[in-house]
Amino acid sequence: MADLDAPQSKTRDLDKLLLRAGNLVGPDFYPGAELRDDIREYVRVLVVGAGGLGCELLKDLALSGFRNLDVIDMDRIEVTNLNRQFLFRLEDVGKPKAEVAAKRVMERVSGVEIVPHFSRIEDKELDFYSDFNIIALGLDSIEARRYINGVACGFLEYDEDDTPRRETIKPMVDGGTEGFKGHARVIVPGVTPCFECTIWLFPPQVKFPLCTLAETPRNAAHCIEYAHLIKWHEVHGGKSFDPDEPEHMKWVYDGAIKRAELFGIPGVTYSLTQGVVKNIIPAIASTNAIISAACALETLKIVSGCSKTLANYLTYNGGEGLHTKVTEFERDQDCLVCGPGILIELDTSITLQKFIDMLEEHPKLLLSKASVKHGKDSLYMQAPPVLEEMHRPNLSKPLYDLMGRVQKDTVHVFGTALKNEEKQSSLTKLRVVFKGADGVTDMDTAIGA
Amino acid sequence: MIGLFKVKEKQKEEAKNNNTRGASAKKQSAGELRLHKDITELNLPKSCSISFPNGKNDLMNFEVTIKPDDGYYLGGKFVFTFQVSPVYPHEAPKVKCKTKVYHPNIDLEGNVCLNILREDWKPVLNINTLIYGLFHLFTEPNHEDPLNHDAAAVLRDNPKQFESNVKRAMSGGYVGQTSFPRCI
Repeated sequence: MADLDAPQSKTRDLDKLLLRAGNLVGPDFYPGAELRDDIREYVRVLVVGAGGLGCELLKDLALSGFRNLDVIDMDRIEVTNLNRQFLFRLEDVGKPKAEVAAKRVMERVSGVEIVPHFSRIEDKELDFYSDFNIIALGLDSIEARRYINGVACGFLEYDEDDTPRRETIKPMVDGGTEGFKGHARVIVPGVTPCFECTIWLFPPQVKFPLCTLAETPRNAAHCIEYAHLIKWHEVHGGKSFDPDEPEHMKWVYDGAIKRAELFGIPGVTYSLTQGVVKNIIPAIASTNAIISAACALETLKIVSGCSKTLANYLTYNGGEGLHTKVTEFERDQDCLVCGPGILIELDTSITLQKFIDMLEEHPKLLLSKASVKHGKDSLYMQAPPVLEEMHRPNLSKPLYDLMGRVQKDTVHVFGTALKNEEKQSSLTKLRVVFKGADGVTDMDTAIGA
Repeated sequence: MIGLFKVKEKQKEEAKNNNTRGASAKKQSAGELRLHKDITELNLPKSCSISFPNGKNDLMNFEVTIKPDDGYYLGGKFVFTFQVSPVYPHEAPKVKCKTKVYHPNIDLEGNVCLNILREDWKPVLNINTLIYGLFHLFTEPNHEDPLNHDAAAVLRDNPKQFESNVKRAMSGGYVGQTSFPRCI
C-alpha cells in the first residue's frame, strides 16, 4: 500500500502528466522527475490581474507545480469582489488585491513564492517583463491587453530569413470572462496571432447618440447616461467624474431618477447605474474558474510539452446549456506589432533624409512621401505643414543617432506605395539593423579567404 | 519550452555583466501608429486647420479650427479639441467644442451631437472623416437631432430669426438669457 506520508503523494496528479510518456505529448517532451523539478526551479510566470481570473490563476498555477510566481494589480479589494475572488475576506476590503492574494496562496501551498506588485502595468519597466517566461493575463479591458501584447511582442526578434528567434518568444495565455461567457487563448508571438492580429474581432461598444440622451430618452440606460455624460458637466464644470467615488455615483443615480420620472421611464436602480456607468456585467465564479483552469493548463503544457497546446482560441458559453469551441486563427503577416516587417540593413552614417529617399527605391516598398516613427517618437512627418516644419531639423541627422544608437530596432513607415499598379496608403513595419555598430562585422565576410 | 528557459536563466547571469541590449526598450503602440498615419494623410479644406498645443511629442491631443465658408456661420471661427484614446481606432476620439456657439447640434457645454462620434463610429473611419463631419454641422445645421433644444426650434420654425440669432451670438451678443463670446 502506498505510503500516504511520502512527499510524492501531493504531486501524484501532476506526476501522471510529467513522469510518463503519452500519445498526445508535444515534440520536446522529456518525462521524468527532472522536468517536474525544473518547472519548480526555473520557470517564472507573471499573473496580470488579481481579480476574478487572477485569484483562480494563482491558485491553479501554484497547485500545478509552479513555484516562482509574480502577480500585478493596481486595485484594492471591494465588497462586491467577495462573491468570487475567493482569496479575499470581508476584513481585507480596502487592501491591495495583489498583496492579499499572494499572501493567501502562499499560506495554503507550501513552497510557492509569490511576489505581489501593487502598481499599474504601464508603470513597470520593460526589463521587469523580460524576466518572465510566460505571462498569464486575467485582465478586464482591451486597452490593458493591447498594452501587454505590445510589450511581449516587442521582445520578439527575427533572423535574416524572417523566422522568429525562439529565445525571444514570450508566450502569453489570455483569459477573459463576461457573465456566462468567456474565452481562453494562447498567444505565441511570431507563431500564433497576437492580440493585435485579431483586434478586429471585437464589436464596437454600445454608445447612445447624445441627442437621444438629451431629448428623447426611452429607457433607463438613457437616463443614467444623460446624468453621467451631460448633466454632470453642466453642474460640476471642470471636475472630472470618478466612477469609484461613491458620492459621484450617488449623484448620477439621483440625476437619473429625476430624469426617469420626467419621462415616465421605469427601471433605474443604483446597481443598474453602476453597471451602465462602469460598463459592468455581473461576474460569475464558475465562468472565471473554467477559463482560468484552461489558462493554467495551457501554461503547464507550453512549459512542459506534456500535451499539445491549445490552437489557439477557445470560446465558452454557459448561458444556455454549455458550449465550447476551439478555433485556429491565423496570424496577420502584416501585423504591425508581431509581424517580421521588412529587414533593412543600413550604415550608421545614413541621414534620415537619405533613408526616406531609399524607401522609394526599395523593391519591396516603393514607398513615396514616407513618414517615419520609432517607438513613441515620430522622426519625420510629411504632413500637415505645421508638423512637417517641427520635424524638418531631423532630416539632416543620422538615423542611427535619432534611434538612440542601438544596433537594431523596429521602425514604422507610412506613405503612398505602389501596389498592383495602384497607389495605396501604406503602413509598414521595418526591422532596421545597423552595420558597423558595436563591433558587428559585415555579414558578407568570407570565411577562410 | 523548458529547455529554453533553463538556458535563458544561465544566459541572464552572463548578460548581467555585459550590457548588450540590441532592441531598445522603446514601447510600441499600435493605436498611435494608426493615428500618426491618419494625421499625415489629412486632406483638409482651406476652411479647416489643425494645431498641436503639446508639440510634436503628443499627437493624441490636438485642436482643429473650423472657419465655415458658407451658410449661417460664415465668418465665424470655431475651435474643437480632440482627445485620442490608446485603443484608437477601436474607439472614437473624444471631441468637444471649445468655442461657445449657438447651434442646434452643439450644446452650451461643448458636447457635439454627431453620429460618427458615437454610435456610428467604425475603425475604418479616421480623423479626416471626423473633421469633415464637424464642418458639415456648420454648413448644414440640423434641427432633428438637437442638443440645444431652443436653437433647434428656432431653426425649424423661423429660419430668419435663427440667422439673426447666429449672427448676434457670433458678434459677442446675447440670445435670450445666454451671452456668447465673439468669434468672428
